[in-house]
Amino acid sequence: MNRWELIVIGSGPSGLTAAIEAAKNKVKVLLIDENIKAGGQLFKQIHKFFGSSAHYSGIRGINIGENLIKKAEEVGVKVLLNRIAIGLFKGKKVVVKQGLDNKGKNIEIFEADKIVIASGAAENAIYFPGWTLPGVMSAGAVQTMINVHRVLPGKKILMVGSGNVGLIVSYQLIQAGAEVKAVIEALPKIGGYEVHADKIKRLGVPIYTSHTIVEAKGNLEVEKAVIAKVDKNWQTIPNTERILKVDTISVAAGLKPLIKLVRMADCKCIYIPELGGWVPIHNKNMETTYSGIYVAGDVTGVEEANTALEEGRLAGIAVAESLGYLDKKIACNIKTEIWERLKDLRSGPFGENRFKAKNEIIREY
Amino acid sequence: MEKNIRKNHEQKNPKNIRAIIECYEEIPCDPCEIACKYGAIIIGKPITNIPVLDMEKCTGCGLCIANCPGLAIFVVCENYTDTLGTVSLPFEILPLPKKGQRVKTLNRNGQYVCRGEVVKVIETKSFDRTPVVTIAIPRNKVDEVRGIEIPKR
Repeated sequence: MNRWELIVIGSGPSGLTAAIEAAKNKVKVLLIDENIKAGGQLFKQIHKFFGSSAHYSGIRGINIGENLIKKAEEVGVKVLLNRIAIGLFKGKKVVVKQGLDNKGKNIEIFEADKIVIASGAAENAIYFPGWTLPGVMSAGAVQTMINVHRVLPGKKILMVGSGNVGLIVSYQLIQAGAEVKAVIEALPKIGGYEVHADKIKRLGVPIYTSHTIVEAKGNLEVEKAVIAKVDKNWQTIPNTERILKVDTISVAAGLKPLIKLVRMADCKCIYIPELGGWVPIHNKNMETTYSGIYVAGDVTGVEEANTALEEGRLAGIAVAESLGYLDKKIACNIKTEIWERLKDLRSGPFGENRFKAKNEIIREY
Repeated sequence: MEKNIRKNHEQKNPKNIRAIIECYEEIPCDPCEIACKYGAIIIGKPITNIPVLDMEKCTGCGLCIANCPGLAIFVVCENYTDTLGTVSLPFEILPLPKKGQRVKTLNRNGQYVCRGEVVKVIETKSFDRTPVVTIAIPRNKVDEVRGIEIPKR
């Protein structure tokens, strides 16, 4: 079947909840994902999630992923994996490629009444001499290797970046049997939660703030990393260089929303650094400036799994309502509750900037 | 005020065993509140509130230890014996230490504090793969010890 009421692109937490909420309300949903497994980043998250006990806190990401996939199947979502959405055209046509260009390539075109783009975000690279040596990789790649494939990228790691990703992956590297020689952070203060930093401090990992990586050295692969202290203007301070004997440099320097499909559909975007860069403008229904195209999760701004789960629910409910499957009043009540929970998740010193940024998006709509 | 709470706690709880929640930042997280079946942990709304422990209600049962996603809760007992106290901590690294094993204990910065002996290792389904290890150490170290040295790989 090539015509669907709703096509959800991306089966991470927000894509899954969007598909589930819509299908629960009798919408005919197709969920596509480029990977061989649904769940997006959830399958790398072997740690217990934070957030509200009313919604998945204390549960490991891997189990949340399993539960959601099971639920999606139960409510009749059609899931197609190994399908990458390579185009999004007028009339809400989604062009999907299966297989590799030189093996088993198959192109399909699907049409939809509504689309939810839940394509997530990708990691930033940072450039320094030696960054192309084998052994330099993103923290997300490290996490996939150790938690999904059970392969250690190396034995002695330098983690660049002390946001939650850097801190959590450092902990998981130690669980996997590697030694984390240090975490460095360019800012004068640790970026992620104190409790995440405390976990690795207790295991003897030093965290050097106001430090940057100067160079990766090695012949055919990373053998050493040179780090140095930086001043207020990000310039390295002479004579503060330190050499660390490492075989892996894991870069956790933030993520940026993957908005290619959003741009292809001509949805208006806005640049908000606090959310990772260019993000689609949307309203309280998560609908973009292109009628019938919705967005949810990290593609709307880099946050976390809990907000992704909620935004997906919003989009799913809004789609069901707009297709006439859900009573306006009931939809309104559910959406109000979800916005309350989002507000809670975006409170406190870590959430404030995101809360303001998200409000700015809605104002721009 | 604090002196009275401590006094009350000692009177009610002669073993002087209590949870210590080392969570001081406003982050959206509240599973500790519902983990405690005695209602001794209070967060309320918004869930970014820093958890507060009601010392009078805390029995030191340790259910909260495994339920904290940040691994930030410890249970400390100062009167295990005349000379020894215990610290119970979450430990998610294999191989798990075994009961009776002598271990090197570490402080919050991963520095060596003293030797200890593993008294208990608990793994239950409800802990969801966060084992809780109890170590006996000199009484005066219970506020310092927060980790165990892991063997070099």
